[in-house]
Amino acid sequence: MSLDKATVAKIARLARLKAPAQLLEPMTGELNTILKFVEQLSEIDTKGVPPMTSVVAMNLRMRADAVTDSPGAEDILANAPERAEDFFVVPKVVE
Amino acid sequence: MSLSVDDLAGLSIAAARDGLRRKSFSAAELAEASIAGMEAAKRLNAIVLATPESARASAKAADSRLASGNARPLEGIPLAIKDLFCTKGVRTTAASKILDGFVPTYESTVTQNLWNAGATLLGKANLDEFAMGSSNETSCFGPVISPWSLERDNPRHVPGGSSGGSAAAVAAGFALGATGTDTGGSIRQPAALTGIVGMKPTYGRCSRWGIVAFASSLDQAGPMTRSVRDAAILLNAMAGFDPKDSTSVDTPVPDYEAALTGDVRGLRIGIPKEYRVDNMPAEVETLWRQGIDWLKAAGAEIRDVTLPHTKYALPAYYIVAPAEASSNLARYDGVRYGLRVPGDGLIDMYENSRTEGFGAEVKRRIMIGTYVLSAGYYDAYYIKAQQLRTLIARDFETAFGNVDAILTPTAPSAAFRIGDKADDPVAMYLNDVFTVPVNLAGLPGISVPAGLSAEGLPLGLQLIGKAFDEATVLRVADVVERAAGFKARPAPWWRA
Repeated sequence: MSLDKATVAKIARLARLKAPAQLLEPMTGELNTILKFVEQLSEIDTKGVPPMTSVVAMNLRMRADAVTDSPGAEDILANAPERAEDFFVVPKVVE
Repeated sequence: MSLSVDDLAGLSIAAARDGLRRKSFSAAELAEASIAGMEAAKRLNAIVLATPESARASAKAADSRLASGNARPLEGIPLAIKDLFCTKGVRTTAASKILDGFVPTYESTVTQNLWNAGATLLGKANLDEFAMGSSNETSCFGPVISPWSLERDNPRHVPGGSSGGSAAAVAAGFALGATGTDTGGSIRQPAALTGIVGMKPTYGRCSRWGIVAFASSLDQAGPMTRSVRDAAILLNAMAGFDPKDSTSVDTPVPDYEAALTGDVRGLRIGIPKEYRVDNMPAEVETLWRQGIDWLKAAGAEIRDVTLPHTKYALPAYYIVAPAEASSNLARYDGVRYGLRVPGDGLIDMYENSRTEGFGAEVKRRIMIGTYVLSAGYYDAYYIKAQQLRTLIARDFETAFGNVDAILTPTAPSAAFRIGDKADDPVAMYLNDVFTVPVNLAGLPGISVPAGLSAEGLPLGLQLIGKAFDEATVLRVADVVERAAGFKARPAPWWRA
């Protein structure tokens, strides 16, 4: 199946990327080339084949239910583009 | 005795280790030669952040340990670290504008393991943005130039990718070794293209904690070195169980250097007939045959094996990897770290930051990933790809019922030129046709330099092993390396 420009614009929105009108056409072309390539998979009948869920044969470990220390607010905020006291600052989200 | 940049280029980690212990040179001299070599190689663009001061300080500490007789396995060995590993207090960018200025407050487990073993940080190595690429052309710092590309070659050749800076640093001779990460071939393909050794261990062997995530079910860190022995030495220091990575496997790490017995008599080596592609140059096929002959002469038994789903590995990969990438890269939102581009409200700020911060290939993969995971398409794409992954893993499992290791070419051709494949994403993806199946199945693989193309560019052979059997992979690789006797080194035009 092939994507149209409206679908590409919707995917961009879902991915929180801007897709300006003049870039939609080439983006649609590129994405369709890749999708056409991956669609080879439909040649193979995978009925009854379990999808891989673990790369190597292992079970996820359980860990002790114990307190672990956080590195502290200074470390967490060290790379913040904008902070106020011990908080990250974002544009206003409530009216 | 002082160590020149030329002496350094001929040195292995094993030889440097012995030289330091014999006091042929000091760690300080080794560090100075590495720093001088690095500074003289700026034209390669292999290093995005040089850390000469930390290399000098660590060398001083290494010398006092060496003097008092309590040197650790990698004492005083300077390494280049792919700029995808978080290094405490040292800028880490993933070669993306979106992480410009990011200074981690923590150290990745793999690099911490290396420092605990005595190694020192020489600099952070260039890479494709977020490790997405096979040529190191998608870096926000610009492309890396292969040390093998000559002045008359215009445009220049790529070093491969994504660990292109690591590969170039080792091939150019100023870093004794480097770390890489391999999601679909990002250690093995650049190793092959630059005439060095590169190993991707079994998924779960090295901790992923503190490595900027690309595709979490495929990413694995590994060594890039000038010899198989050096790869064994580095892997011993890098590997090990880490409670901070839930997919790290708690199993003993054998002594890999001790596994290099030089003896492959009686080992069964599989040759998969599916590892041929259209338009594959005859020289790659010839080298592969040569590799078969070398192992036969060393006493190994050669067997044909079949990996029937090989051709579906790349398309499955280009669903799974972008899907995981789109999810992993959702964290870059301009709020907690990295680039923030103001906007009209919160959503607009997210969109502006991500649109300006990510490069074209990263955006392409986020878009593909978002689409294949979106409502209505998840089963048709993502589940289908994960089913193919099961079939590919089963192919290997069946083959490994009959053989101990598998021999293939690493890449379908020698290095190409900057810009050659930049406009055609699928042509670029085809570079990884022989390496991607190994990631999908989580297996260990290594690339060994084995010959030169007609054009004088390196070609590599790949060995693939059973899960957690790096020891056998290294043992066979060592024998291939001895038989190949690959001694060619690029002329240091970049120092001119």
